[in-house]
Amino acid sequence: MQTALFALFKSMLGSLRDLLPIIIVIAFFQLAVLQQPIPGFSNIIIGTLFIVLGLTFFIYGLEMGLFPIGESMANAFARKGSVIWLLIFSFCLGFGTTVAEPALIAVAEEASEIAAMGGMIQNNTDAMESYADGLRFTVAFAVGLAIVIGVLRILKGWSIQYMIMGGYILVVIMTAIAPKEIIGIAYDSGGVTTSTITVPLVTALGVGLASAIKGRNPMTDGFGLIAFASLTPMIFVMAYGMII
Amino acid sequence: MILETSIDVLPIVSIIFGFQFLVIRKPIPNLKRVVIGFVYVLVGLSLFLLGLEQALFPLGRLMAEQLTNPAFIYGDLTAVPSAINWGDYYWVYLFAFAIGFSTTIAEPSLIAVAIKANEVSGGAIGVWGLRRAVALGVAVGITLGCFRIVSGFPIHYFIISGYVVVVIQTFFAPKMIVPLAYDSGGVTTSTVTVPLVAALGLGLAETVPGRNVLIDGFGLIAFASLFPIMSVMAYAQISEYVAKRSKKINLN
Repeated sequence: MQTALFALFKSMLGSLRDLLPIIIVIAFFQLAVLQQPIPGFSNIIIGTLFIVLGLTFFIYGLEMGLFPIGESMANAFARKGSVIWLLIFSFCLGFGTTVAEPALIAVAEEASEIAAMGGMIQNNTDAMESYADGLRFTVAFAVGLAIVIGVLRILKGWSIQYMIMGGYILVVIMTAIAPKEIIGIAYDSGGVTTSTITVPLVTALGVGLASAIKGRNPMTDGFGLIAFASLTPMIFVMAYGMII
Repeated sequence: MILETSIDVLPIVSIIFGFQFLVIRKPIPNLKRVVIGFVYVLVGLSLFLLGLEQALFPLGRLMAEQLTNPAFIYGDLTAVPSAINWGDYYWVYLFAFAIGFSTTIAEPSLIAVAIKANEVSGGAIGVWGLRRAVALGVAVGITLGCFRIVSGFPIHYFIISGYVVVVIQTFFAPKMIVPLAYDSGGVTTSTVTVPLVAALGLGLAETVPGRNVLIDGFGLIAFASLFPIMSVMAYAQISEYVAKRSKKINLN
């Protein structure tokens, strides 16, 4: 019991160390640059305690739950040998985790405002809502497809750089022809899609697959799924902007 | 808060367990441990977000607004010139750099990937080395992104030149780092970074004359996900170079 408590205390200290840079930055700018007192000091102390506790629990849970389940599923799929089911699973994982992502919902709503202002769609709530939903499903589809492509790459052992470069070329071409208003959102949509729970799961899936398949190296083949998931949404969002 | 996080997690959990029971049809090894792990992740993430909302986000957002306010930058509202000079925004750049670095260090998904990369590489990639490299990339990216909003250059020039640099680096970087470097672009921007950085971008786009909030307010996340790719490859190149040099010295 005592050793467990000690371990918890130690990892909480680690989390506090992770958090320290933000605290220093905010305190410095508030006190030295803006020269204002820190409002609600006790709230900040309690909040910081929550963050430290939360980060500690998250990392515990990561190693107990998220990593093992991702890897054991990758193993099970590799042993089962059914590529189709693996790809369906990959698509569902990408699509399902993205479609409900709060950051994406927020971005889609803002994008619909831009579209309405720019005269691309009618300026009423119905048109804006359907535009935002369409965008959300487009991004989710793009992420699902990305995980499928990434998993196929691991299975076949394709080299990642040429695929990513091909993606970059597509992004550049699309940038030249897509409406100007959508470009900023499209570029951002690549970054916002990957949430805190999706990342460890998808990483464990990739590394697990690359370890389970003969001839694949977990380091060079296992990583790279997230890279696809942040590239395809850019292409698809620009395409969406061109069609609508 | 726990309820909100649970709703976010629900699709993931149902996909995993759905496939586990319907397709794989084998019991999960250490089921009890895995379930407890999921509960930890859920509780941890909820507490984490609650704490951020309580302690850091309000202050950070307020700070972003105040720092981008022309009244602060020029000392007095009457002193604001009609054409702004990008150099006057130095506090904004410094804040962008510092907040980009520090929020990335605390980003839970980056911690997860760094732990995994350290494990898979057999310790060759250090958890802290990777996290610092990524954080530096985000810091530089967000600083450049703020400069872009202030100066009004079109975003795609920056992003396309960034792509060119990434492609060139790919040919020279050690093979094993390339996929991880590509991944680190997408990993960095989540729970902690996005809300604070978004506030900074919107604050700038609102107050810099001639900028449109809806158009120029976006794009900072794109910078934050491009530059870590470069910094992680550079980190691997530098560590390879240092290792080679120390080997040479030892041989001599």
